[in-house]
Amino acid sequence: MDWTLIFIRAVEAGIGTEAVIYGLAAIGLNIHFGYTGLLNFGQAGFLAVGAYGVATTVATFGLPFWLGIAVGLAAAVLFALLLGIPTLRLRADYLAIVTIAAAEIVRLVVRSVALQDTFGGTDGLEAFSDDFYGMNIYAPGSYDIGPIGFDHRTMWVLTVGWVLVAIACTVVYLVMKSPWGRVLKAIREDEDAVRSLGKNVFSYKMQALVFGGVIGALAGFLFALSRAATQPDLFSTELTFFAYTVLILGGAARVLGPVLGAVVFWCLLILVKTGMEEAVNHQVITFITVNQVGSINYMLVGLGLILLLIYRPQGILGDKREIALDAR
Amino acid sequence: MRRAVIAFTAFLGALFILLASPAWAEGESLRGTLQNQGQPVNGVKISVTSGDGQPVGEATSDAEGKWEVPVPAAGSYKVTLDQATLPAGTVLKFKDRATLTVQVFEGNYRNVLFALASGDAAGGATEPDSGGSRSAFWTRVAQLAFEGLSLGLIIALGALGISLIFGTTGLTNFAHGELLTVGAFIAFVLNTTVGLHLLIATPLAVIIAAGFGYGQERFFWGPLRNRKTGLVSMMIISIGVAMFLRYLLLFLFGGENVPYEQYVAQDGIELGPIFTTPKSLIAMGIEIAVLIAVGLALTFTRLGKATRAVSDNPALAASSGINVDRIVRIVWAMGAAVAGLAGIMLGTTQILNFQMGQQILLLMFAGVTLGGLGTAFGALVGSLVVGMFVQISTIWIAPELKTVGALAVLILVLLVRPQGILGRRERIG
Repeated sequence: MDWTLIFIRAVEAGIGTEAVIYGLAAIGLNIHFGYTGLLNFGQAGFLAVGAYGVATTVATFGLPFWLGIAVGLAAAVLFALLLGIPTLRLRADYLAIVTIAAAEIVRLVVRSVALQDTFGGTDGLEAFSDDFYGMNIYAPGSYDIGPIGFDHRTMWVLTVGWVLVAIACTVVYLVMKSPWGRVLKAIREDEDAVRSLGKNVFSYKMQALVFGGVIGALAGFLFALSRAATQPDLFSTELTFFAYTVLILGGAARVLGPVLGAVVFWCLLILVKTGMEEAVNHQVITFITVNQVGSINYMLVGLGLILLLIYRPQGILGDKREIALDAR
Repeated sequence: MRRAVIAFTAFLGALFILLASPAWAEGESLRGTLQNQGQPVNGVKISVTSGDGQPVGEATSDAEGKWEVPVPAAGSYKVTLDQATLPAGTVLKFKDRATLTVQVFEGNYRNVLFALASGDAAGGATEPDSGGSRSAFWTRVAQLAFEGLSLGLIIALGALGISLIFGTTGLTNFAHGELLTVGAFIAFVLNTTVGLHLLIATPLAVIIAAGFGYGQERFFWGPLRNRKTGLVSMMIISIGVAMFLRYLLLFLFGGENVPYEQYVAQDGIELGPIFTTPKSLIAMGIEIAVLIAVGLALTFTRLGKATRAVSDNPALAASSGINVDRIVRIVWAMGAAVAGLAGIMLGTTQILNFQMGQQILLLMFAGVTLGGLGTAFGALVGSLVVGMFVQISTIWIAPELKTVGALAVLILVLLVRPQGILGRRERIG
């Protein structure tokens, strides 16, 4: 068994594209769930509208890249508004069902044969990321620190990604210290009390949904651009639940919770996955095949989510008193 | 609590060791399953050529409609369905899509889908005169309504459990779809590995599924509630459970559709305007009988009345001498049994794979929400409406988008009448 390979893969995943994408998705989710107490089970939908916003604008209609980014952000805002109007007045479980349904609607629409000319069907879209890589500040080549290295394209994605993560964290930190952020937290604790103070709870919740959704769309951009392609089935409900696991692992309602969660989550996940693959390939474990390692990984994520919520719902950084898990 | 988790894990672990014997395909290949209205289509020739026109291989679909052509390497391939070999009455839905170009990736197999439809082998494009097309339209509506009823009944069986569990414990169980899948696969193991006939395997599987539901409540959810775990917390835990169970089934049985030993292919029969198979009719009969039995039990037996009382107000029910914990356990056992039965019926008449429950979960939620969360009879009505709507909507929208229509309607209903059709008007905001 090649232990160096296993550890290199794990560290690369912990600082690599997956960690950045899921970190951003979880930062958005943190605004929804951690701070406002909105049980959004449709974060994958926000990533999908972001990714398809840029991909469709550039690849299908041949319009400029930056317009694509604007379209993706606008689509995320629109999606949040459409989602919020029927559900934000309702109880948490209704919101959960509707958001998960809405995310599935987005995925089914973009993968449909009827709209294949626009969204590319199950094969998705590609050839929209040239402008993004054209802005690359790294010369072609490999950039290594010791055994860990990325090529120039990944370096560019990671630079943009971590800068976005830093900006998002700073904004969340500033916003949550402001009176606006305190209203959000108050809504999480006791909605009726906030209402009795004369605040428009519906409007605040809607703003939170839009804010977190836009950050989700940023994650969607990175997801699409890092792969230079986008496929509908990347945005299945599993993505949302991975993001939840990331968020709860790191600690909900903490600025750096989602980021730490993403790093630890991907490090562990790839450590276990590569470890098992190596063990299977070297006949250390003989009763499973390499293909089955994938399903074991998902099982572990499910089990991890269960155990986290039972034994440590506040995650690594969180404060138990600040978790919106006991709302009605 | 710790003991409960250990017991639960040990149970799953035992399941895992008992059943670990799947076979995964190695190397690149193209494969697919030819089906027309849920029925496998046998004896259709499929040929594959490489991107530059070199022939690679041929296959003929077997009794389960399956075909597979191994390919030498990753790359682009052209897959052609020989339309002359299609059985009478079956045609390609899109005439110009008899040849598909697909990409096969390194170490993967690629599923190729040919959409088939019932129709006139002579071309299907010949439009009958206006009177004829009118009656053809109503024939189609009747056929789709029938299929909708069939789907609606399966949704109703699942939705009943969701609704009762929600009513008695307040938990929105996102792992309920997996109860269908688990039930279907218990029957699959009894049917194929143990070798029992499906008619014997089904009741046994339903009993085991009931035990699984009871155990889940007794050793997992019940202790969690006693720890005062919040409802939102439990909702997210249920997602963890769903993911765990789903991928456990993928691990054990692989990702493909598997058939039961019996009742795979049946000759269709015609009832007036409706074209169906005997097994679908029997399945629907069983489903209706079970739904009526559960409905009567809820209305007239002491246990049923107690269940509705707990559903209405647990604290009041407890203070009037009803053992709430016992009722909740019975509800879980019953919900899992009925869901398991729904899974087996779905497996017999349509598909059996590790995602079947998840695919139908949102429709069950749509049915429950439409009928009114927490009301058992509302769930029945809502599910039937959802099932019919999903199928009949395919007259106007592409079949692949039929779920989208149902989910969009769910969202609209919440705007207009958030308490659902049979729900009480109460503050749910």
